[in-house]
Formats: sequence, C-alpha cells, structure tokens
Amino acid sequence: MKDAFGAPQSLLILGGTSEIGLATARRLVTRRTRTVFLAGRPSEGLEAAAESLRSIGAEVHTVAFDALDTGSHEVVLGKVFAEGDIDMVLLAFGVLGDQARDEQEPPAAVQVAQVNYTGAVSASLVCAAALQTQGHGSLVVLSSVAGERARRANFIYGSSKAGLDAFCQGLADAMHGSGVHVMTVRPGFVRTRMTAGLPAAPLATTPGEVAAAIELGLRRRSTTIWVPGALRVVMAGIRHLPRPLFRRLPV
Amino acid sequence: MPVPFAAGPAAEAVSVTGWGRTAPSSAQVLRPSSYEEAVAAVRECGGRGAIARGLGRAYGDAAQNAGGAVLDMTGLDRIHEIDAVNGLVVCDAGVSLHRLMQVLLPLGWFVPVSPGTRYVTVGGAIGADIHGKNHHLSGSFCRHVRAVELLTGDGETRLVTPEDEPDLFWATAGGMGLTGVVLAATVELMPVETSMMTVDTERAADLDDLMARLTADDHRYRYSVAWIDLLARGAKTGRAVLTRGDHAPLDALPDRLRADPLAFRPGRLPAAPRFLPDGLLGRRSVGLFNEFWYRKAPREQRGRLQRLSSFFHPLDGLPEWNRIYGRGGFVQYQFVVGHGEEEALRRIVRRIGSRRCPSFLAVLKRFGDADPGWLSFPVPGWTLALDIPATLPGLAAFLDELDDEVAAAGGRVYLAKDARLRPDVLARMYPRLDDFRALRSRYDPRGAITSDLARRLGV
Repeated sequence: MKDAFGAPQSLLILGGTSEIGLATARRLVTRRTRTVFLAGRPSEGLEAAAESLRSIGAEVHTVAFDALDTGSHEVVLGKVFAEGDIDMVLLAFGVLGDQARDEQEPPAAVQVAQVNYTGAVSASLVCAAALQTQGHGSLVVLSSVAGERARRANFIYGSSKAGLDAFCQGLADAMHGSGVHVMTVRPGFVRTRMTAGLPAAPLATTPGEVAAAIELGLRRRSTTIWVPGALRVVMAGIRHLPRPLFRRLPV
Repeated sequence: MPVPFAAGPAAEAVSVTGWGRTAPSSAQVLRPSSYEEAVAAVRECGGRGAIARGLGRAYGDAAQNAGGAVLDMTGLDRIHEIDAVNGLVVCDAGVSLHRLMQVLLPLGWFVPVSPGTRYVTVGGAIGADIHGKNHHLSGSFCRHVRAVELLTGDGETRLVTPEDEPDLFWATAGGMGLTGVVLAATVELMPVETSMMTVDTERAADLDDLMARLTADDHRYRYSVAWIDLLARGAKTGRAVLTRGDHAPLDALPDRLRADPLAFRPGRLPAAPRFLPDGLLGRRSVGLFNEFWYRKAPREQRGRLQRLSSFFHPLDGLPEWNRIYGRGGFVQYQFVVGHGEEEALRRIVRRIGSRRCPSFLAVLKRFGDADPGWLSFPVPGWTLALDIPATLPGLAAFLDELDDEVAAAGGRVYLAKDARLRPDVLARMYPRLDDFRALRSRYDPRGAITSDLARRLGV
C-alpha cells in the first residue's frame, strides 16, 4: 500500500533497464519500496540493474517482458500481479529510433511506433485493469515533450509519444474515482544512453531529476507532470507558434 | 455515497479515505442494517476481504479496504437497553458517542471516555481503544466495555467478555477492527449531575514548566489536557495552555442553568467549504494563530463553567473541519513515550520546533496506567499529538526520524492516527504483534477481515 505521501511499497518497472526507471526505483527504495519487479528483455543489463537495486536493500525480481509481443502481456504481467499488490507501475520502455534512417526504412519506423505506442497501450491497459481490481495503485507513464508538437528532427518518435500521451490522458479520466491514479510524465531532453551523442536541448535534465519529480507527483497525486517544471510554460508557447516560424526554430 | 445493502455485490466501488484525506483507495461500501446482513457480507466477501468502518474519523487507512468491501456500520444504530440504575448501555456498534450523549445525558449518565470528537461510533471506539482527557484516571475505552458481540472472519458471531475470552477481547480492544466486526457492545457509564464542566485554565511558560504542572496536580482533576505551541522556539519552546476540569456538580450551577442542568444542545457552524486551497495553514498563519491562542488564554483561571461540548469537542463545532487542509490533506502524528523518557520528549519537541512544522492542534497529555489491549496505544507516560499538512516538503523523512526516536525510547505511535509508519518499526513498538497475527489466523483462517492499514503494515 502507498502511504499518506504516495510512497509505494512495491514497484513494477516495465523497461527494467531504463535509466529513468532505475533512478526512480533507487529513489523510492530509500523511501518505502521493498519489492521491485524489473520487466524487460532478458539480458545482462537487466540482471545488473536488478543487482544494483538489491545492493541498496530491495527484494528484486526480473520478469521476461517484450513490449512488441503484445499478445503475451496479459499472461506475463498477470503473473506479477498474482504475487501480491503492486502499488506503482512505471511504464518506462521506449525507443528513440534514428529519424534519418527510419524515414528511409518504413519497417524501422513502424517498430518505433509499435514499441512506444502499441506496446505501451497494451501494457498500460493490462496494468490498469489489474490495479483496478486491487482498488489502488499508480500507473506512471513516461511520455515526452516531443509529443507536444512534432518537430522535423524527430517526428517519428514524437508522433508515437503524442499518441501515448493522448492515450494516457484518456486513461487517467477513465480511471478517475476507481482508486487508480494515472500520471503522465513529460520530460524534456534527458541525458541518458538513449540521447548520448545528441546535442543537449535547452532545459536538459537528468534521470535523477525526473525521479524526484515523479516522487513529488505521487505525493500530490498529479495527473501530468513536466520535468523540469518550466517546460510547461515553454511548451505552451511553442505549441502556439505559427508554423513558418516553428519550422525555422533551431530545435 | 454508501449504497443500500440490497444492491448486493453489484454495488459500485467508490473511493474511500480516512479523516486526513490522504491515500484514497476504492472499495465496495456496503451498509448492513441488520446483523444477518453483516454476517452475509463477511461470509460472502471476495478475496480482498472486508473491514468495518464507522464515522471515518481514523486519520489514516484503518477503515479502507482497496478492492474489497467496506462495511459502513452506521446503519446498525439501535440502542437496545439502558440500565439507568446501574449505568449500563447495550447498543449496536454503529451508534455514535454523540447519539449516546443525547440519549444518556438527560438520564444523568455520560460516556466513560470521550475523545476529541463525539462523532465516533462505539465500534470504532473499541477498535481503536480510544482514550480521552481522563486517561490518567479512567484508562482507555475498553476498560469500560463489559462485553462485545463480535463477528469474526470465519463468519461466526461470538459474545466476547474479558472474563470468558480474554485473548480475543483484548486483541479486539485496539485491534483496528482486524479481529472481526463489532456488532454490539455493553458499555459501563459514568454518572453526572449536570452537562456543564468546571474548568481551570493556566499557562505554562515552557515544556519543563508544563510537565511539572501536569505531574504535580493531574490527579486532582478528572480531565486534563494541554494545548502546546510547537512553533515557539528558544526559551518559549513547549509553552502551553493547560485546561483541566471535572463535571460540574449541581450546586455549582447558577440559577438560570439549574432549571435544565442536563441540557445538551451543542451548536454547529455550517460545514467547511468543499474546495479550499492547500497551504492555508502555513507557518505564518499557524504561527499567528498560536501566538494569539496562547495570549488569549488567561494566565490562571479557576472554576470557569463551560459547556461540555466546548470542553471536550471544540472542533465538532465546525463540521468537515478536515477540509481546511485543502486537497493535499494532512497527517496526524501521535506518539507516547514512557515516564523516565522526558528527555526524548524534549528532544522531539525541540526538533519539531526547529523544523517549523505548522501545527495548530498540538496536544500533550499525561497517560495513566495502561490497559491490556494487545495493540492498544496508551502506556503510562507522555503523549503528544500534532496535525501537519501532508504537502509539507520533507515531512515523510522527518516523521521517519521521529519514529526512530520514539521506538528507541520504548514508545509507540497510535495506529488510529497513522497513515505512514514503516512496517519494520511497528513490531518494535507493539511487542504483542506476533500474538495478534497468530490470533487473527486462528479466528480468520481465510483472511476475510483486512484493511489497507493491515496490508501496509503487514499486521
């Protein structure tokens, strides 16, 4: 059960090697979290992530989970929920893709869309239903400011996050009053493996800061959070920029 | 909204919180109006069990049951029998202390223990083994309970008395409803001549002065409590206003009140508005309030006549007062440390002061002898209760540190107020926890009775 400050005791991370996911887990383990399920494709990275959380005192289980294999989600995630209540699900998987290549290779672009959107939709629905049955819990979904307005430089990724973001807004309303809290997280540019080598955008942030924002959002039961918070204002402006101007922006 | 029981298992789940309005979870709220319906609800509850709920005054998640059933007991509200000669009442669990006062005061009887609000049910009073300003003399509520009609998780109804089934009785006393659903109880009453109180008020300049005064003459008063200013620092740390008193005898009343000495007509303001912003009770506003409250109190005043409701339940005058903390809600922290641990109390009060926790409802009380309830809160010593807005940054970690101080001093926190304790600290605070767990599995092998609090703390 979560406590009065929204700190969960058990945590399921979908995308168990995600740096934002792990930063969040580390932060929550120092609060109340004792049990962590890391779901992802079996790999050394996943085991290493599990070990790093064990070393700070958590009881960690790894779960073989593939976002693209939507047919298996119900069974795989159902097993996790059968072990006991999950107070918080963090949907942290996603791929950035390579915009230039993906434009040339439609199948690669489709895969970005499938991981980031279709896979996330399937996993979210499965988890939301399980949380609803247990009558409590938070579903935290990592969206992105890239979904707020599609940019020339990464509109394939951006459009998949736009779809996910819209889905989550609707899901949050669908779950309203059911005891299940759905929170959409819209980080800006986060310095991680995924963005390594890319020039950092203004207001760039770190996995640790995203984790702190998530913890605060849980306490406040927020439905949408921006990291850093200033992006809420910045993006409100960008969303309304005239297109000819926006196209010329060096972002 | 509670649904009529007839709606059956199809009843829709609704979001439920405690009085502190934190950590909502959803449950089917059923409102049994007979013992048979309550028995059926427990027997037919699903895998996520059921828990009894009274008037929802527990601050945390004690009367919540995510995904399961919450039995709203206020539908069981009959007073079965009043023995006005010997002072005994037999009533359903859903009868509130407010109702008991309305019915019993005109007959010259009063509840044996009254907490800070009259809006608690008899079942809730047993489940939390509540205490009041007379704890130093009268102990907690269950000391005055002669018998309990208890519906245990196996679906059986048992008449439990402290003589015949001491284990089950004293596990139920303070057991947060986890031994079963209290259906009815027999409670011993206290005779009073009037519905007025004679009250002595005095100020204490600091915490040591306060403890000295409480130690010196608490035994001369039936009721004793101190409001304490936790925002005061330096030499003023722990300054307080003591209010102590007793029921006024008939001859203490002026003529105009003698015509109807047992009148009970508490006034109520309109309810607090539904949507108030967070942060209304910040450091500045609470600091001003505390300064005012301390200065307003007379330095020393003897024998003032006060209405019973304003002496015991000042906050009941503002219905839904918990809304003043806004959407973010609040937590109440109440702990007790034993006699001889005054240094721990001083340290904690200093820490709260230097952390500037905006708390305007802080209360210090000296407890008397403990009762045998297994998870019952009071032990002889000092108890401090304070309300804090849940949105205060860093509060979670700060209260965790206080838990460690309290546990190290052999003290404990009160489960009826709790919404955030760590499970591993609970066992250090309540040494009979393992016995309690064993008893629960004996009377409730399939775990039909459970709550969010039980899940969170692993009770």
